[in-house]
Amino acid sequence: MELSGAQILLECLKREGVEVVFGFPGGAVIDIYNELPNASFKHVLVRHEQAAIHAADGYARASGKVGCCLVTSGPGATNTVTGIATAYMDSIPVVILTGQVPTPLIGNDAFQEVDIVGITRPCTKHNFLVKDVTKLAHTIRQAFFIARSGRPGPVLVDLPKDVMQTKTEFVWPETVHMRSYNPNYKPHPGQIHKVAQYLRDAERPLIYAGGGVISSHANEALTWLARKLRIPVTATLMGLGCFPGEDPLWLGMLGMHGTYSANMAVNHADLVLAVGARFDDRVTGKVSTFAPNATLVHIDIDPTSIQKNVSVHVPIVSDCRLALEALKEALTPSLEEYDFEEGHAPWLSKIAAWGKEHPLTYKPSDENIKPQHVVELLHELTHGDAIIATEVGQNQMWAAQFYKFNKPNTFLSSGGLGTMGYGFPAAIGAQFACPGKLVIDVAGDGSIQMNSQELATSVAYNLGIKIVILNNGFLGMVRQWQELFYQRNYCETCMDAQPDFVKLAEAYGAKGFRITRPADLRRGLQEALETPGTVIVDVLVEREENVYPMVPAGASLTDMLLV
Amino acid sequence: MRYTLSVTVENEPGVLSRVAGLFSGRGFNIESLNVGPTLESGVSVMTITTEGDEQIVEQIVKQLRKLITVIKVVDLTEMKSVLREMILLKVSAVEANRAEILRTVDIFRCKVVDVSIDEITIEATGNHEKIEAIIGLLTRFGVKELSRSGMVAMKRSMQG
Repeated sequence: MELSGAQILLECLKREGVEVVFGFPGGAVIDIYNELPNASFKHVLVRHEQAAIHAADGYARASGKVGCCLVTSGPGATNTVTGIATAYMDSIPVVILTGQVPTPLIGNDAFQEVDIVGITRPCTKHNFLVKDVTKLAHTIRQAFFIARSGRPGPVLVDLPKDVMQTKTEFVWPETVHMRSYNPNYKPHPGQIHKVAQYLRDAERPLIYAGGGVISSHANEALTWLARKLRIPVTATLMGLGCFPGEDPLWLGMLGMHGTYSANMAVNHADLVLAVGARFDDRVTGKVSTFAPNATLVHIDIDPTSIQKNVSVHVPIVSDCRLALEALKEALTPSLEEYDFEEGHAPWLSKIAAWGKEHPLTYKPSDENIKPQHVVELLHELTHGDAIIATEVGQNQMWAAQFYKFNKPNTFLSSGGLGTMGYGFPAAIGAQFACPGKLVIDVAGDGSIQMNSQELATSVAYNLGIKIVILNNGFLGMVRQWQELFYQRNYCETCMDAQPDFVKLAEAYGAKGFRITRPADLRRGLQEALETPGTVIVDVLVEREENVYPMVPAGASLTDMLLV
Repeated sequence: MRYTLSVTVENEPGVLSRVAGLFSGRGFNIESLNVGPTLESGVSVMTITTEGDEQIVEQIVKQLRKLITVIKVVDLTEMKSVLREMILLKVSAVEANRAEILRTVDIFRCKVVDVSIDEITIEATGNHEKIEAIIGLLTRFGVKELSRSGMVAMKRSMQG
């Protein structure tokens, strides 16, 4: 039977297992929207295309599946670029479907025409322009395959209007083969053997885990390795949740706003096992002084990550889960011979002493609400079981520091690109991925204004998302830098002209709460969390609170500014 | 140091900009570039020369391999290989200089491909150094126009 391009597209999405598409219609994609009533998946109408891509990204992070969004040509497509770059930096599998002007008009500066394939070339894993309807099914199949395999990432498919209208015989390619794309998944046995020996011999080992542990579902293997060999674990922002945050071996995040014990452990370790992490500058600080006493082992599926920022002693190009499982197999017999408990006891007690010396903390106050306390209470009230999305800045760091994540896929944050306005739409995506879970967006008063129009989406679909604004009337992280490194020149970071967030919520048909006094905080948060539907909690916090510890940009990890 | 990379790619629209973008996005310059089809339809070979330190070039090679449309990358720098460039060069050739120019053409085994009253156009092929030498010797007569190909390269059969 002959199907139109639009019908073929929907059939392909069905076969790829797509459950929900976040989108916004327009002239170039009307033919696709015309077929939507027959689609197997749910379409979620957002209020801005940036939110469509962030929602698809949040869906992908929370579910571990490929997220999908659909937008029109021209401005619809360009509005997704920030979100595409966000997903690219954090290796999130998303397929972006963009409308395009009819093929005869491409290159003519037609209405709402833009070369989105050209624009997104540096921020997608790959992208396609489909000029022939007979190649459509194969291209969609390739797009999903590329997005989810190897090091995951966003893939854009540009769909000209006439291709969507043209009819052809639908043929579903059962397999995808690409001669130029064959990611390597299996670790080299010789390298595994070598690392196993390092792990047996190490006196002061440390696991430094990143987002790759979560995307490859390696958290169980990692937890096994850490617990059986008594190895302390630290993680990047992207790795939070890959190891239980309440386990005694957990040191907290490392890097610029990492804990004292994690950063000191990096400095003193004799073996650092980096898994699915990429030695980002926010993690390493001054590269030349990073882990100066350690043998560095680096497991990553992307060969370009290895030896990029830091020169490592043992590289393993492999899927993180397969590598850690191979290590598990290699080390299981050693559990009888070696007493890791006793062998690592001095190291663990040294780390515990650092933790006691400078724990993650803040100065409590009876007068002003401390933002860290808000996050602590959120953890307590949700029993650590919520999905936490964040915006970017101080709110993001406090959420990362003070919410103890126990499970993967529960912390959604723009790590690499640092996109303000990411959290709320990502929370919407996560809520569709996990309808039964409580999803909270920890926001700042600056960031939330970047995508607050999505309150309409959240209310329209009756989503129970709770937005907790840590409102300090500042672009807090930039203000913090200005305070510490720019002689308190608070240039353009003061946001004292801001909307009444309670009224904003009400205007959209959501519920709004405001909490101003520490004494009301617990009860106020509890009430907000128990209120059904979309809720904004505007928490007025200590205005000039800083995120500590802090390693100034470019300094060594041991040069921490502490509370 | 100068590196020569041979990059086999799927010949489809945009492939050149994917490869070039990878260089420019990291602030590296492509010194010369040659692209042409192979015997296999749909497959082209790019020969790229670039300057950089070893770590940068290693990163470029890995990034090139990561591109979905790149089939194979060979770094010819460390291998025994045949490297050739070609130029077309129009030189001013007044009566007094003509004999000397033709002698130079002869020594370097170039070809004269066009002649007029006061100009000679020559065609020359050779490795990078030879081409530089020819240009250097003819410059004093007044080079009117120069068109230079990118490098084409091939690994030698015997590597030992």
